[in-house]
Order: sequence, then structure tokens, then C-alpha cells
Amino acid sequence: MDFPGLAAQLLNGVQHGLLLFLISSGLTLIFGVMGVINLAHGSLFMLGAYLAFVVTGMGAPLWLALPAAMLGGALLGAVLERGLFRRFYTRDHLDQVLLTFALILLFEEARSLLLGNDFHSVPVPALLDFSIPVTEGFAYSAYRFAVLAVCILVAGLMFLGLERTRLGSAVRAAAEKPEMVQLLGLDARRIHLVVFALGTALAMLAGALAAPLLSVYPNMGDGFLIISFVVVVVGGVGSVAGAFWGALLIGLVDTLGKAYLPEVAGLSIYVLMAGVLLWRPAGLFARGA
Amino acid sequence: MIVAGRRGHLLMALAAVAIACLPLVASNYHLQLASTALVAAIFALSLQLLVGAGGMVSLGHAAFFGIGAYAVHLLPPGLSVLLTLPAAAGLAGAAALLVGAMALRTRGFFFLMTTLAFGQMLFFVFHDTPLGGGKDGVFVTRPALELLGFVIDVPRRDRPAMLLWLNLGLLVAVYALLAALMGTLFGHALRGIRANEDRMRALGYDTGRIKLVAFVLAGALAGIAGHAQAMADAFVNPEMLAWHHGAEALLMILLGGLGALHGPILGAFAFVGLGEASTLITERQRLVEGLVILAVVLALPRGLAGLGR
Repeated sequence: MDFPGLAAQLLNGVQHGLLLFLISSGLTLIFGVMGVINLAHGSLFMLGAYLAFVVTGMGAPLWLALPAAMLGGALLGAVLERGLFRRFYTRDHLDQVLLTFALILLFEEARSLLLGNDFHSVPVPALLDFSIPVTEGFAYSAYRFAVLAVCILVAGLMFLGLERTRLGSAVRAAAEKPEMVQLLGLDARRIHLVVFALGTALAMLAGALAAPLLSVYPNMGDGFLIISFVVVVVGGVGSVAGAFWGALLIGLVDTLGKAYLPEVAGLSIYVLMAGVLLWRPAGLFARGA
Repeated sequence: MIVAGRRGHLLMALAAVAIACLPLVASNYHLQLASTALVAAIFALSLQLLVGAGGMVSLGHAAFFGIGAYAVHLLPPGLSVLLTLPAAAGLAGAAALLVGAMALRTRGFFFLMTTLAFGQMLFFVFHDTPLGGGKDGVFVTRPALELLGFVIDVPRRDRPAMLLWLNLGLLVAVYALLAALMGTLFGHALRGIRANEDRMRALGYDTGRIKLVAFVLAGALAGIAGHAQAMADAFVNPEMLAWHHGAEALLMILLGGLGALHGPILGAFAFVGLGEASTLITERQRLVEGLVILAVVLALPRGLAGLGR
């Protein structure tokens, strides 16, 4: 196990974890505040990645895709919340599962109709297409550094927004105890709309950021949906901080496992999840667990 | 969850007789289609024990179906179906015991997420390791139809009829088992847990164990459905374990009606029928499936079984 290799895998793991955080923070907030599990959350990630593919395909630079994914995601999230999800907050789990399963099928079909079923690579932006020497004999991709930076920036802004703004504290109250929103006389409809739009925007942003690293392909959201579920189970319910630490842990375990134990790597995160369920079923980072 | 009364059972018995008579009138293609619906019905019925009776929405149920199917691949070829069928149920039940012991430490949506994750884990076991014979699936030898030492040799053109009767027999047996189970103390306790688990625990029921028994039984029954599928296709692939397959069974349950034990059977036939009908209009099965689900959850929340009420 050589040092540069390990360092690169550690950085890859952190970067993978931060992308997972962008996806799973939305998932956990939507679940915590509205009590809905959105199985289509992975499809939103897929839509973000394909958006980056379309934007760069038109000759525009990738960095344009990032605000496009955020804005498009917020808009799409708002439409979905208003049009569909709002009616399902009080419905059975089964109804919610099937509604969001239907959305997966429809998003995938829309993608297939508009863009086909091929694999496509998305070029790394020319400006960042080089490696930064970190130590002697070890250089790391500048684009991956940029992804790290964007993720940290977004995570930081999100924590600030949640901790320091009125709306943020309302969202935290709602995530911890949904009935608090009513008791405090807050506008639940507005909070729901904001949370859903934010979660969708983050998932699509993650997709757009990941597109040059992963290339884009059908059903790419599926794997990310499931690994995000593992993050939420490991991290604990409705807590953004739990999602953050859980995502880093899972990102590292997944990446290092694939690098050093390729035979069993597919299983490593599930074994970790099983361990957490046995040891602390409420999640590693849940308050009062 | 209600179990049909005497009149309902009479109707279902008539339907079973009608299906048994299908080989007299229908083409082999339609017999195979009916067989597909019967296998889907067994699978959905096994999941109904969790969802409809116990209130546990599992998204990993297809894993046990797939393990039942892969049992045919893992066992030496040429064995009697009387051996492979219990083995398939046993393997699937054992896997369900392991998954259930972990997943049942959670409730509600967390249960849903953990079952999905463990289901995908099993999917990857068969998708990525040599155990399953690769991601494209593998052909299997059909277990021998052997009864009391006599091997029944079925000519190729009679095979669809034979499989239809076999699957019909399995479905009737599984339904009868579950209907009887619902009348026992265990069945009542399970439904009590769905209504209010804390109260059941306060009454002194070991709710964790009751749920685990239901989870294992449901897994074993799903394994029987998977075995039937492998028998029909002489082929198994990892997609049998994929969570989309389990979600389809949930759709059948919702389509047929969450509130009735026989709902999933109606749902399975409706689902297979709709899928077949839609091939006349479009190649895009998933588009049709997605729109059907949307229509059902938006307009028909009580399913087909709720239409009459």
C-alpha cells in the first residue's frame, strides 16, 4: 500500500462522501420534515447529471450547468411538491412508495425518449483539466479538488442557513418534531415547499458535479439512491449533521473497500449498516441515541 | 385486512376451476401468460402477509424470490421437484431470517430503507460473484417432476399446461395457508401489530418475534414463487432479485387492494393483463407501468377490491 495511492483514495473517499451528503441531506430533510421517502431522489441526481451532459454538449462550459441544476432543481422540486407530494404527506407508506416509484419510471422514460439509452462521457472543464501536485510524486485531479470545494461551500452555506436564519430554525424544528411547526404557528406549506425545492436542487447539483467523474448512463440514480439510504440509516433520522458524518463514513468505506478489497467491496457498506443496526439502531449520529 | 367469506372463497374456487380448464381452450402462449400471472400472484400474496397483515412495507422482498429461483441453479441438476421446492423455500426463509433480524430493529420508513439496502446487497451477491453465474443470468435444468418414485415425463408441447396446473396448485395452497393463518392467534396478533404495535407489546405479545416469524414465512413463500419462475423459464437472472421487481409486487398489492388477503391475486392478474394489453399500443412498458401506478395512487387508493364498496 503506497502512500500516494492511499492519499488519492482517501481524497476520493472524502469527495465521494461529500457528493453523497448533497444527495442524502435532501433525502433526510424531506423525510424528517414531511415524513415522505422520495425514492425518486436518485432520479433527480440522474437528471442533474444529464443536464450537465446536455449543457456541455451544446458547447457551454460545465460551470453553467451548476446554477442551471440548482435553479432547475428548485423549480422542479417546487412543481412536484405543489402538484403531487403535498397530497401524499398523510397517506400510507405504500402509496408514497409507489408514487415515487412511478416517478422513477417516468423520469427514466423521459430521459430515454429525449436522449436515448447510451452511455455518454462528460468532459472535465478544460480550465480544470490538469493535476495539482500535492506532495512529491503525488498529484490529484484539479476537477476533483473543485468538486470538493463546491461541496464544502454548499454544505457550509446549508449549515449556516439552517443555524442562523429564521427559516432554517423553522426547518430544524420541523425536522425534529413535525408538530412543532403547527404549535409555533409557522407556515407549514411554505416550509414544505422550501425543503422539497432545496432537496431537489441539491440532488441535481450533485448529479451535475458528478457527471464528468462518472459519465452519464441510464438508471445511474438507482445506486446512489440506495447508498444514500444507507447513509441515512447509518447517520440517523432527520438530522443534517448525521447525514454529513454518515456520508463521509460511507464514502470512505465504499471507496477504500473498492480500492483495497475489490472482491467484497460491493458488500462493505451493507456490512457496516448491519453493524450499525445491531449496535445503535437509531443511527450513529442521532441525538439521544 | 379481511379474509374473504364463504361466498368469496366459492368465487375464487370457481375461478381456479376456470383457470384449470384453460388448457382445453387457450393457446400455449396464453397458458404461459396465465402461468406468469399465477407466479406473480404467489409472490404478491407472500408480500401481502407483511404489508397488508403486518403493516411492514418491505422493498427488499424480491431478494427472497430470487434466492428461491437461484436455488434451482445452486442445487445439483436433475433432482426431484419434491426436494428442490422445499430447499428453495428453506434457503429463501433462511436469508429472510438474517435480513429480518437486522431490518426489524427499525420501523416504518427505516424498515423500508434497510430492507431495500439488504435486498440490493443480495442482488449484488448474485450479480457480481461467481455464485450466481454472472450478471446476464444462467440457464438451469428444470427439476424433475417426480412423484412417489415415478418420473413424469412431460412432452414439450404439454409443458405449459403442466406448469399452469402446478402453479395453480401452489397458489391455492399458499392462499389456503395464509387464509388459515389469519384465523389463528398469530394472524390476529400480526394484524394487531399493524394497528398498534405498542399496545400489542403492552398486552404481553412478543411483537419482535411475531414480526420476524411473519418475515421469514413471507420470505419462504416468495422463494416458492421464485422456484416456480425458474421452473417455468429454465433460466434465472439477477434482475429477479432487483428491488424494482419487489416494487411491482407492491403495485399488485395496491392495485388489488391492501385491505383484503385475495387483493394481490386480483392485482397480479390485472398487472399482467395490463402489461400484455399495453404491448399492443407501445413498446415502452415502463412508461405504461409508471402511468398506471400514478393513476392508481391518485384515483384508486383502495384498489380493485375496494371498487365494490
